[in-house]
Amino acid sequence: MTRQQGVLRPDVGADDHQDGSPDAPVTLVEYGDFQCPFCYRAHPIVMALQRQLGSQLRFVFRNFPITEIHPNALHAAEAAESVNAHAGPDAYWKMHHTIFEHQQDSPDALDDVHLVQYAAASGADPVQVELDLESGAFREKVKADFLSGVRSGVNGTPTFFINGTRFDGNWTDRGEFAGALARAAGVVLTEA
Amino acid sequence: MTILEAGTRAPEFKLLATPDQRLRLRELRGRPVVLAFYPADWSPVCGDQMALYNEILPEFQRFDAQIVGISVDGHWCHAAFAASRRLRFPLLADFEPKGAVAKAYGAYRDEDGTSERALFVIDRDGIIVWSFCSPVSVNPGADGILDALESMRAERAEVSS
Repeated sequence: MTRQQGVLRPDVGADDHQDGSPDAPVTLVEYGDFQCPFCYRAHPIVMALQRQLGSQLRFVFRNFPITEIHPNALHAAEAAESVNAHAGPDAYWKMHHTIFEHQQDSPDALDDVHLVQYAAASGADPVQVELDLESGAFREKVKADFLSGVRSGVNGTPTFFINGTRFDGNWTDRGEFAGALARAAGVVLTEA
Repeated sequence: MTILEAGTRAPEFKLLATPDQRLRLRELRGRPVVLAFYPADWSPVCGDQMALYNEILPEFQRFDAQIVGISVDGHWCHAAFAASRRLRFPLLADFEPKGAVAKAYGAYRDEDGTSERALFVIDRDGIIVWSFCSPVSVNPGADGILDALESMRAERAEVSS
């Protein structure tokens, strides 16, 4: 009566934030929370894997804010979505990296004032982003990401999917993580 | 030990949910119940699992389902854990005699003295309709639970139409 657990749904599509070619043999999807300290730790690991695998890897990020324990996570996700909508995907990725890079700066590093500053630095109109945060313009988009994660078997943040299957290995071990990606891509890795 | 399977009547229990309040399974009759056995409060994976269920309570509520967590931790431990994670669903203390309810569901780990990471979805009449035992190190997420609740609702709709 039940399908297999830990399978990505829906598949990666046009609404997703994608870094890399759709033709890449391996797609890595992260469900993450901008205020989560584990996602902060994962961020440089993912960037290193992107460098290591190059054109073999497409990286996709979906929002999974755990709002009960991370009070700024929802607005951080909404601000990033606003930047994407108004300034495009390149600005989105700048915003994405900037948020993670600043996450641990101070307790208020992800409050609205800072988020709007990061949005401006990423190339978006700060006033527009502020308005979007006030009106909750992208709350439904973030919620849709969250629910897709729930139905895909996300089990905390970050949760990774490699070509649609949840990666239950140890992502903090870059060698293990890279090995799993390389197997999925059908390539042999050389040291990065 | 293997966990109880679909089609089995869910064993009754009466466990402390707060320092002065016991919860019986039969009090939840009439609604779907999700029983989530987990090894222990405070271990990082468990915190993730319970925090996740807490975050998706509205999804369980769409099915009118009640979720309860169960571990062998005592109720004071549960109270501190629930407060730190801001949990809004009950955690039951399978504490004395230790693990008795976990054993009744086939979800006790003798070698560790804790319960398995095992999930049970129980229908309105107290029958298990889905169960799943995850490796202890792997948080099973909620997709299996929601799939089970969804197919239970679909079957009910078929019966009543």
